[in-house]
Amino acid sequence: MTDAAGAAGAARRAVEAVWRIESARLIATLVRFTGDVGQAEELAQDALVAALEQWPRSGVPRNPGAWLTTVAKRRAIDQWRRQAAFEHRAAALAEELRVADAAAEAAAAASGTAPAAAASSALAGAPLSVQTRPDLAVLQPIDDELLRLIFIACHPVLGRDARVALTLRLLGGLTAEQIARAFVVPTATMQQRIVRAKKALAAAGVPFEVPERAEFAARLDSVLAVVYLIYNEGYSASSGDDWMRPELGREALRLGRVLAELLPREPEVHGLVALMEIQSSRLGARTTREGEPILLLEQDRGRWNQLLIRRGLAALERAERCAAARGAEPGNYQLQAEIAACHARALTADATDWAQIADIYARLARRVPSPVVDLNRAVALAMARGPAIGLVLVDALVAEGRLAGYHLLPSVRADLLQKLGRREEAREEYERAAALAGNERDRALLLNRARALGPRRG
Amino acid sequence: MKFMMLLQSDESNSVTNGPEEEALNRMGAYNEELIKAGVILAGEGLHPTSEGVRLTYDGDDRTVVDGPFTESKELLAGFWIIDVASKEEAIEWAKRIPLPEGQVEVRQVFELADFDQSNEYVQKEKVWREEMGTSRTA
Repeated sequence: MTDAAGAAGAARRAVEAVWRIESARLIATLVRFTGDVGQAEELAQDALVAALEQWPRSGVPRNPGAWLTTVAKRRAIDQWRRQAAFEHRAAALAEELRVADAAAEAAAAASGTAPAAAASSALAGAPLSVQTRPDLAVLQPIDDELLRLIFIACHPVLGRDARVALTLRLLGGLTAEQIARAFVVPTATMQQRIVRAKKALAAAGVPFEVPERAEFAARLDSVLAVVYLIYNEGYSASSGDDWMRPELGREALRLGRVLAELLPREPEVHGLVALMEIQSSRLGARTTREGEPILLLEQDRGRWNQLLIRRGLAALERAERCAAARGAEPGNYQLQAEIAACHARALTADATDWAQIADIYARLARRVPSPVVDLNRAVALAMARGPAIGLVLVDALVAEGRLAGYHLLPSVRADLLQKLGRREEAREEYERAAALAGNERDRALLLNRARALGPRRG
Repeated sequence: MKFMMLLQSDESNSVTNGPEEEALNRMGAYNEELIKAGVILAGEGLHPTSEGVRLTYDGDDRTVVDGPFTESKELLAGFWIIDVASKEEAIEWAKRIPLPEGQVEVRQVFELADFDQSNEYVQKEKVWREEMGTSRTA
């Protein structure tokens, strides 16, 4: 690379860094300004292009956010002027045709000849005026606009994938290419998804607002679900060879922290942040150097990030205070964060407070009845009070049949049987689990455990 | 990527020498920006070196000298740890620190996962972290 190319690359990266910081607030301001997400995003892009052209020569301005906002607003005004001029011209032409038709009719009625001169007077237009232009006095981007942008990106008129893509695009400042890479789809597909999402918002006439009290809770649920979905896309990435996937986890956590400041009294926002902070604290400990996953209880806890654990525990306290302040029961995210916190507080796997974890799973099951939560509770109870009691619960789940086809059910059952010394049954259960496992790595692990229990009896 | 922004100053200026109300408010507004952007993980200001001590190491010898450390122009006065997408983003945040003078160093924070785990020093680090864990729940 030449020095010039290197310098140009550095300048471009500097502009992109400003973009990552400023884009969400810029777009939020422009949506208020134009009333349209698609137009706002295009204007913001125009401003970014202008910055990429100018900043490498002139340097990054003192207040880059204000610079970008001004450029984008000027573009908007130019567009409106052109549109107003166009509309004026269209109106003039329509008038010209109307006058011509009327004159023709009159002339035809009078003499039967076509009027050639009648139209020319109608072409002299009135002075250009822009009457429907929105308020130009919108000043600094404010938090309220950012909040509205988050709610519009996660609006229920959009499908799940569209909400995720639009949130990353509008709030995360990621390019369609980056998002496509993270979700392992072609860039063109992601561009299409984003374009369609913006059109869907416009077509539905979705207002740019924070939802009213009546629908606020459901709309917030949608926002939190999108953030957690993005987080899990990044966190559960097992390949690890693509840098964009971990980036998703980081971005989701950042969005969660942003939300926590915008909605400081919402317990579930803090609950979700707590959950993500604590889960993130284990990132450095959950895979071997070869990328093989390490189970929670087998992780080296010395490698858990203490700063993130402290942040997570602090967020959990905020969630608990907020819930108590409004007399609300702990929500799903808060309960999941409490479970994560139990693990985070235990210095060793043996020191885990399984009785408390089982209790939290029971509360979670009451809120969101789910056989998967029941299975987790069975595991926790088995750890707290022995495999026999765990097996009773697992057998009840087997009898219910709701988890038929879920490989973790026979896998857990096998583990409990093994602990109870029922090796032959345990081996059969591991084999059953292996047959149901969705991926090769899980299947191999389960078959290894089956083999470790010795050969099949006669 | 985690970065530490280290605020350095020679203590003759307002940054470390009892900041004035206005400077304090500006810094508060900046910190609020970091919080609202969701990027700050930690940040602290430090008391002046007149209240600190400096240790120097020479083999097994330890020398403890009371502050202030007037001979140095670049004294640590505070720090932030931020989690951002790139080094350039860290630099952009550092540019926005409302400082009339002084200097700031931007350094990337190593994550433990970056190291070869068999390394002797990494093993010691792990022991230290386990001890930190002990004090956390104490």
